Amino acid sequence: MSRNKILFGIGVLAFIAVIVTVRLGGFLVDNEYRQPERQVAVEEAAGEAEATPRQQGIADEQAADEAEARARPYVEAEYRTVPFVGSRVTVWVLAQLHLLFAAFVLAVPIFAFIIEFIGYVTGEKRYDRLAYEFTKLLSVSFSMTATFGAFLTFALIILYPKFTNYLMHIFSPTFLPYVLLFFLEALFLYSYYYGWGKFGPKMHLFLGFMLNVVGTAIMFIANAWLTFMMSPGKREDVDGDGVPDFVSAVSESGALLSLRDAFFNFTWMPINIHRIIANVAFGGSIAAAYAAFRYLQAKNDEDKAHFDWMGYVGNFVAIIAFLPLPFAGYYLAAEIYAYSQTLGIQMMGSTFSWLFVIQAALIGNLFLGANYYLWLGMGRIEGTVHFQKFIKWLLIAIAICFAVWATPRYAISSVSEIAAMGGSSHPQLSYLGQMSAKNTAVNILILSTYMSFLLYRRTGRTSIHPHRQLLTRAQAIVFSTAAMLVIFFGVYGYQVDAATRIRFAIPQVYSVLAAMVVITVIDLPLYRNARQAAQTHWGKMPAISQYALIFIALSFTWLMGLMGYVRSGLRGEWHVYGVVLDTSPDAYTPTLGFATQVVSVTVLIFFGLIGVVFWLSSLGGKKAYEPQAAADADGQLEGA
Amino acid sequence: MSAINLPLVLALLAAAGLMVWRRANTFTWLLFTWLSLWAFFKFGLTVPIPQSVVTIYVGIMTLAVVSYASSSRERLSETVQPIVRLIVEPRFRLLLAALLIGLPALAAYNVYADMSAPLEAPGFGREIHPAPPPEITVHDETVNMTTADNPYLHLHEDDPAAWEEHLESGRRVYYENCFWCHGDGMGGDGMFAHGLNPVPSNFNDVGTLPALQSSFVHWRIAKGGPGLPDGGTPWDSAMPAWEKFLTTEEMWDVNLFIYEFNDFEPRALGQH
Repeated sequence: MSRNKILFGIGVLAFIAVIVTVRLGGFLVDNEYRQPERQVAVEEAAGEAEATPRQQGIADEQAADEAEARARPYVEAEYRTVPFVGSRVTVWVLAQLHLLFAAFVLAVPIFAFIIEFIGYVTGEKRYDRLAYEFTKLLSVSFSMTATFGAFLTFALIILYPKFTNYLMHIFSPTFLPYVLLFFLEALFLYSYYYGWGKFGPKMHLFLGFMLNVVGTAIMFIANAWLTFMMSPGKREDVDGDGVPDFVSAVSESGALLSLRDAFFNFTWMPINIHRIIANVAFGGSIAAAYAAFRYLQAKNDEDKAHFDWMGYVGNFVAIIAFLPLPFAGYYLAAEIYAYSQTLGIQMMGSTFSWLFVIQAALIGNLFLGANYYLWLGMGRIEGTVHFQKFIKWLLIAIAICFAVWATPRYAISSVSEIAAMGGSSHPQLSYLGQMSAKNTAVNILILSTYMSFLLYRRTGRTSIHPHRQLLTRAQAIVFSTAAMLVIFFGVYGYQVDAATRIRFAIPQVYSVLAAMVVITVIDLPLYRNARQAAQTHWGKMPAISQYALIFIALSFTWLMGLMGYVRSGLRGEWHVYGVVLDTSPDAYTPTLGFATQVVSVTVLIFFGLIGVVFWLSSLGGKKAYEPQAAADADGQLEGA
Repeated sequence: MSAINLPLVLALLAAAGLMVWRRANTFTWLLFTWLSLWAFFKFGLTVPIPQSVVTIYVGIMTLAVVSYASSSRERLSETVQPIVRLIVEPRFRLLLAALLIGLPALAAYNVYADMSAPLEAPGFGREIHPAPPPEITVHDETVNMTTADNPYLHLHEDDPAAWEEHLESGRRVYYENCFWCHGDGMGGDGMFAHGLNPVPSNFNDVGTLPALQSSFVHWRIAKGGPGLPDGGTPWDSAMPAWEKFLTTEEMWDVNLFIYEFNDFEPRALGQH
């Protein structure tokens, strides 16, 4: 769309806005009560004529209202409400939007710094350009994060004043360091962005490093506030009997006993770990979506090639971070369970457990989407027939694991289905709903995705290593052994007690991680200086691959919103679990359908806003405004 | 009784064998895969899979089939070509006409079948393990659900004779009160079980007792159906509130017994 058309559209909208404003003003003025003209004239003529009964009544009412207002004592509000949407939904959406932008702003510097560092070490300029392209997204996103942060803070102060005051009572010593770190974050971020190419490489890398350090510290402080709301204390074996005791950070009345215990509370570190990894995965996927957006807009081969590569790297970052995420999530869930049986059951066995079926579907889609993108990526490279035959088997493994991962322990069933099954669980499928099956499925999913990466890496390349056959066989043996170990522990898990079964998750994870490390270590020398048998054509991807990237970003965002709600909603009717009760009208757990709708709307708003970020970030690459070109465009518009 | 519908599975395998022999093209294979898996999920097990799970499986399968078909330009072309041929080549006109009538008819039948389903009480998402309150009061004694443990559990190590006594007491309580619904072998299949919906808990299930702290089981025994939380309504549980009939000691005894009988251990405090 030409600039003139946009200006014309804005002009029409502005005209309509003026008309609407004038009409609205007129309506309000017309509906205001005014005394009849004749009456005013009569009153003026009569001088101090006696008031009519109606006037007297109005004056009395006003006097009574004023007297009542003066007599009313000041009472501190506990809650205030928002019409139509309610206080909770307002805070929920604002917090989610703030977190999504914050996650992006924290994640992008991590991999931008790493990519810049690779560029510095290898001396390849394309890495530097790529890191800069990622960093371009930060400036506007940082403003969005700060804006939503301020909006959220105001919303909390206005809508939940008593609770906000309580959090200030606990955490006020942390606020000043937080603000100071925020200043430093702005300093490092803008010097990192605007200083690109202006500083020496080491100095610039140092700025990037400091940006990451400060950003992580900010997140750690904010994490203390939110995790305190879920676990206001720690577990420690105080009496030395081997059984962990609960050590509360606050007294029974809620007074602070130990800021240290409140800060370093039970779920603080699990959330820190989970969020760092999830942020990188999410940030990578959003950056890949940006690349997809630019790829679809690109008009020349050079831009297409660049944004194709950028999308590939963004997706690579997202998937590499995504692979350990289920383990980090499992660790967090296990710690929540260990902290409180009630919270654990609420999450995995009760109200919120149904959301984990949706979570499974989203995670399955993410794995499928990531693999699909890699398979399509083989189309960039000539001569991929050799590896194409493996896709079928990888897809079968992924589909089976996806199905196992999404099988509920207790299915939603009609009465007749329950009668046919003889209970709420299916006699055969219920085995797939248990932890042994789930752990096995997710580990095999990770191994399969890793294999897709490996195949992609090899496409079009031939190893010239003297022991290539032996090393390839060794890789196959390591891979098969890991897969067999995972399946063995999965099946054997049904034969042992629950505690042992849960512990089997550890060798399963280690088998997969070890296999990935060993295979990578073998692969590096195996394909070093490999013969490039076929050319890679960056920018030759079908459009559907770019939509796959956008789909992955959308799934990540939805997943973050959903799981964020689960973590926050677990507290039920508590602002601070077990300490500060929520007595507002919103102190109930909404239906799952309503919650998913709120999450969906938030995701849509976020994507609308991130679209603005993408647009603003892409403006830098556009041609500068030229009066002659604008005049030509005007002429064309008139001609049309 | 076999868990699998053997004739169906054999027929599907035979069809697959036939397709290998006839060297079927990609499109036919994908169509066959989709249809045969749908048939298996729908009719392949002797105990039918609930429709909600079939929908999940069919959704995943559809995604997988579409992903495979479009995972490379060549494969997409192989998949689409038979459809194009069907539309443009005159020799397939009869088949095309049959499909144009047959597919909408199938959709119409599907709607008819959905609408003419027999009337029955609606199913609802029952919470299997409802979340307990932070603390409960049983016989004027406050029990913290997070920290409480079976007070007789330690006797297994400290005083085996006393442990046996409590276990014996638990056995008596169970076979006097609980086995009517939960069954002789604790499989949730007692003589009254067939009349209850939802059916009583199956204590043999590895996903039930071992996943719970003994305080949770104590809560369920003491408070029964009437003590279930509002968050899980509507509740149909027929479990009585046993605190009205048993002493606190008897309730802990039977708690001990059901774990011991099934050779399970309660989830320990702070255990992951």
